[in-house]
Amino acid sequence: MIKVSGLTKDYGARRAIDNLSFDAQQGEIVGFLGPNGAGKTTTMRILTGYMPPTDGEALVAGYDVVEESLEVRKRVGYLPETVPLYTDMIVFDYLKFMGELRKIPNLDARVDEVLDMVGLFDRADGYIGNLSKGMRQRIGLAQALLHRPEVLILDEPTIGLDPGQVVEVRELIREIGKERTVLLSTHLLNEAQNICDRVLIINKGRIVTEDTTENLQARLIGAERVIIRVRGEADELAKTIKQVKGVQGVETKQDGSVEFEFVSGKDVRPEVAKKVINSGYDLIELRPLGMSLEEIFLELTGSESKKK
Amino acid sequence: MRNIWTIAKREYDNYFNSPLAYVVAFSILLPMGIYFSLIMWVGSQQAMFGGPAPESSPINWLFVFLMIFLSPALTMRLLSDEARMGTLELLLTAPIRDFELVAGKWLGALMFVIALAALTLVYPLIINNYVTPGIDWMVILSSYLGMILISAALLSLGTGISAIFTNQFAAFFVTLGLFFFLWFMVSLPASYLEQGGDVLNYLSLSTHFSQSMNNGTINLGDIVYYISLIALGLFAGTTAVEIRRWR
Repeated sequence: MIKVSGLTKDYGARRAIDNLSFDAQQGEIVGFLGPNGAGKTTTMRILTGYMPPTDGEALVAGYDVVEESLEVRKRVGYLPETVPLYTDMIVFDYLKFMGELRKIPNLDARVDEVLDMVGLFDRADGYIGNLSKGMRQRIGLAQALLHRPEVLILDEPTIGLDPGQVVEVRELIREIGKERTVLLSTHLLNEAQNICDRVLIINKGRIVTEDTTENLQARLIGAERVIIRVRGEADELAKTIKQVKGVQGVETKQDGSVEFEFVSGKDVRPEVAKKVINSGYDLIELRPLGMSLEEIFLELTGSESKKK
Repeated sequence: MRNIWTIAKREYDNYFNSPLAYVVAFSILLPMGIYFSLIMWVGSQQAMFGGPAPESSPINWLFVFLMIFLSPALTMRLLSDEARMGTLELLLTAPIRDFELVAGKWLGALMFVIALAALTLVYPLIINNYVTPGIDWMVILSSYLGMILISAALLSLGTGISAIFTNQFAAFFVTLGLFFFLWFMVSLPASYLEQGGDVLNYLSLSTHFSQSMNNGTINLGDIVYYISLIALGLFAGTTAVEIRRWR
């Protein structure tokens, strides 16, 4: 559905994306991960026909984004990062206006339908300007879904939503992603893990790595790190934990907690917990230290910068 | 074509949500009303001594003259504000051509001005009531056609300039400056020139209404002049939007 090859975009002398190539199939949710300024938004803007690339080629739903821009735009639903909306318009009128530009048949019913999908049916008669940030985000999403697009391009779709809404929106995206192609950008690893079938990590306009979320994690995190906290002395605790087989890299922290690692797949947490309790400690906390995107990122880009 | 209409309709409705449009309407209709009362009063005084009957052409001239100053306020935010708010990104990723967007914006503004002009039809109607054997409606038709054409030309240039700027006030002052130049200044050197004076006179906005269409004379030169300005404004606007895409 999306096929990108050798895509390059220069803003003046600055190269925003550099020879980018990837593809996405129908029924696939692809996550775009990367820090600010990595080129996520630029790539999305090219794919939605907003701006032409400097070089390279991109096909969306079989149409070239430069040569057949209008055909591409008919088939793409787009939620821009800033969620631009006409704040002085009524929710229903706004969606109707966007729907008229897309010549949707039975528009009124369809607007009601998408408002229901994003949970804002009861706000249809209100002004957009009176809505909260999370609601506006969902109006943006409603606008992107309106014409049942084959390809959905979402730039940070869950930013600004409260936790309950995040779950709902992710559920919605997963549902849509069963039949259609979804390309979404995020900087939250757990979001990517949660909804994406495949992840592209992008930095400085280049794809650093591309893999399924599971593989990515397994590849990156050879060992899982755990934090443990008990009532009492950390030094004593560290000694106790070291006795458990499979525990590595024990470290005492200043705040009285202890961190340790174990090799992925050989979970020693039950043994550690038993040992700690049997030794008479009051166990307060035992939790995995997930690897953040930043850490993964440093891991992936670290080797590159070391070479320099 | 339907896209142009969709954009125009939203823009037209939007004017009624904005205080600015009411200010513009007020600033046109109030001076016209006062001027009309004066004309009728002077006309009634003159009539006692067998003077000429009042005419509506000076009022229509005032409408056009006020449009020079007020139409930039109607067009200034048409595209600049879309760029500032980021909603341009929505419109440029919707399946519409850049020309349709610019033309729709222009048409929306023109529809608002036509609605304003329609309100002023009350003046010739009143005059018609007081003069015998009534007024020449063909002259009125020609005059209103001229008013709408000159407004369309002004709004088109304004829309084009609005597409260039992201700040609506920048768009306002540049538009106002251009209209001022076209109305008052282009033809100033004409009388000092041995050659080319006619060309300057032709380029001037002020020569294409008051001496011709406002008096019932429709000539091709005026129509071509207006159509050229409309085309120029829409072309400039479309080009400016296209350039935005490349940045």
